[in-house]
Amino acid sequence: MSGDTRTGVGVSPGTVAGPVVQVAPPVRPPADEPMPTDSGAAVDAVLGALAAVAADLDERAAAADEHAAPILKATALIARDKGLAKSAGKHVGAGKGPANAIAAAVEEYAAQFEALGGYFAERVTDLRDVGSRAVAAVLGVPAPGVPTLDGPSVIVALDLAPAETAALDRTKVVAIITEAGGRTSHTAILAAQMGIPAVVQLHGATEIPEGTVVAVDGDSGEVTLDPDMELIEAQRVHRERRAQALAGVEGPGTTKDGHAVALLANIGGVDDAVAAGAQDLEGVGLFRTEFVYLSATTQPTVEEQAEIYRKVLEPFPGRRVVVRTLDAGADKPLAFANLGEEENPALGRRGLRLCQAMPQLLDSQLEALAIAARETGADVRVMAPMVATAEEASWFAARVKAAGLPKSGVMIEVPAAALRSRHVLEEVDFGSLGTNDLAQYTMAADRMEGELSDLLDPWQPAVIDVVAAACAGGEATGKPVGVCGESAGDPYLALVLTGLGVGSLSMAPKKVPAVKLALSLHTLDQCRELAEVARGARSATEARDAVRAAANPELTAVL
Amino acid sequence: MAQRTVAIGSSVGLHARPAALFVEAAQGTGLDVEIGRPGEEAVDAASILGVMALGAKHGEEVVLTAEGDGADEALDSLVELLARDLDAEG
Repeated sequence: MSGDTRTGVGVSPGTVAGPVVQVAPPVRPPADEPMPTDSGAAVDAVLGALAAVAADLDERAAAADEHAAPILKATALIARDKGLAKSAGKHVGAGKGPANAIAAAVEEYAAQFEALGGYFAERVTDLRDVGSRAVAAVLGVPAPGVPTLDGPSVIVALDLAPAETAALDRTKVVAIITEAGGRTSHTAILAAQMGIPAVVQLHGATEIPEGTVVAVDGDSGEVTLDPDMELIEAQRVHRERRAQALAGVEGPGTTKDGHAVALLANIGGVDDAVAAGAQDLEGVGLFRTEFVYLSATTQPTVEEQAEIYRKVLEPFPGRRVVVRTLDAGADKPLAFANLGEEENPALGRRGLRLCQAMPQLLDSQLEALAIAARETGADVRVMAPMVATAEEASWFAARVKAAGLPKSGVMIEVPAAALRSRHVLEEVDFGSLGTNDLAQYTMAADRMEGELSDLLDPWQPAVIDVVAAACAGGEATGKPVGVCGESAGDPYLALVLTGLGVGSLSMAPKKVPAVKLALSLHTLDQCRELAEVARGARSATEARDAVRAAANPELTAVL
Repeated sequence: MAQRTVAIGSSVGLHARPAALFVEAAQGTGLDVEIGRPGEEAVDAASILGVMALGAKHGEEVVLTAEGDGADEALDSLVELLARDLDAEG
């Protein structure tokens, strides 16, 4: 019989079973580390640990790609720092054991960097990472972070840092479970992109013993410890049935009665573009351009940007690519476009607001996009993030036109823009609902706050009402409205959105087949009925359950 | 003892990448090079943490000192490096 089953929040669909590999948390030096009896040997232990960390980082830098390598090399330079070694040596001299001496030296520098603020403060993460690794080396315990995997593994962590998630060996990781994190956390989005089942907010996850076999259901969020053969077999049958059903759908997205709903990909870089370009989908509904800027310390030139955009657009000649212009701000600060610290970055000068303060930033991006669009023949449409008013939409549209780009649009992620969509959409050619931020702003719940996952559920009836308001403006102006948040990839919610009048759905490419299947099993009228069912519910759970119950059973049987 | 004064050319100051490039160059001279603000205590130019902790901003003047054979040449090359906008170079 199966062991206990716990329920978290399923964020990336699919079912699978495998042994647990715990991601080691940062290592802290023991409070009861004895005073060194031989300070010469203790200093040697410190130096040996720092040298081992530096060597390990160099080795990883050699194997890393062009983005990660300079970061790893710079971190190795920290591990090899004479000042750090000297300071740790002084602490040994003052009676600290090697682990505590390293930690104390690291904290001395960390305090200096934090006092300097800004970019210097950001280096503290790297510094503490070096410290944590060196302390682990001294103590002879596993280095923090994801260990080298020997075979198929279910990765379990309190939460994964973006760098850790990105570096996961996709050939070995079969599922991801985190104890913290939220519905729209980095882990959730990346797992969905990679097509790996994932569950977040699973209480007690980090206490599951290493090697325990767990069955993970990325739809329901259920995780079963020591599953019996029956469950594993049921999951296998389900997986096959699902794969079979999904393999049967192809071509453009359409409802059972032929109403077209464009199914598009969300992408965030060149690799994503190449992968999505090879898939059976109609184009890109959200190209996040931040990666072009985030690693740069100065503003990239027009030519540098155009070169990157060319690579992204190349796989899509004749297909649409909706480009979101730079969405930076206080939470994603850029070295060359920083308006200073903000009390509340999510409500601050981010997105279009930042570009209004620094219009040249937007103009150079539009110029580069126009060059790449001309050369690749992709159907490029640009849209601005964080638009709240018709004036902002009009300001943006004028700049897009001046750059010689054919179509402009706005992200509808601020409830104000949804409520006044009639006037906002008059200024542009289309609107695209960013449901993750729309939920955050509608429910007044921080996206980064895992504990508020329930409020951020895209099935919240209030969020669906705001989507409906945006669609009403689309209908009144005849301007198409799409959805590019992760909610577009939920097959049941996709039906509801279609019923509300949404004309395109953009999601992680792996989610497209299930949505395509869902649409093919329902008529537009049935979608409208499902939308009514959802809006009639009193809670997110009620809405989800009611729509599932009212949907075609053929869909429920395979998902 | 050789000594030079130079204003930081990097637009975002002597942090991360510019600091790493400078420290590697300073280590490459094989000499004991120090860097500091005029009139303040200098730090070891071969220490990335020391150099970053200086927190030298764009346009701020720093003093480089070195002793030994080839100190003048070494400092000239380091001055040239610091005066450039290392952030702008790819």
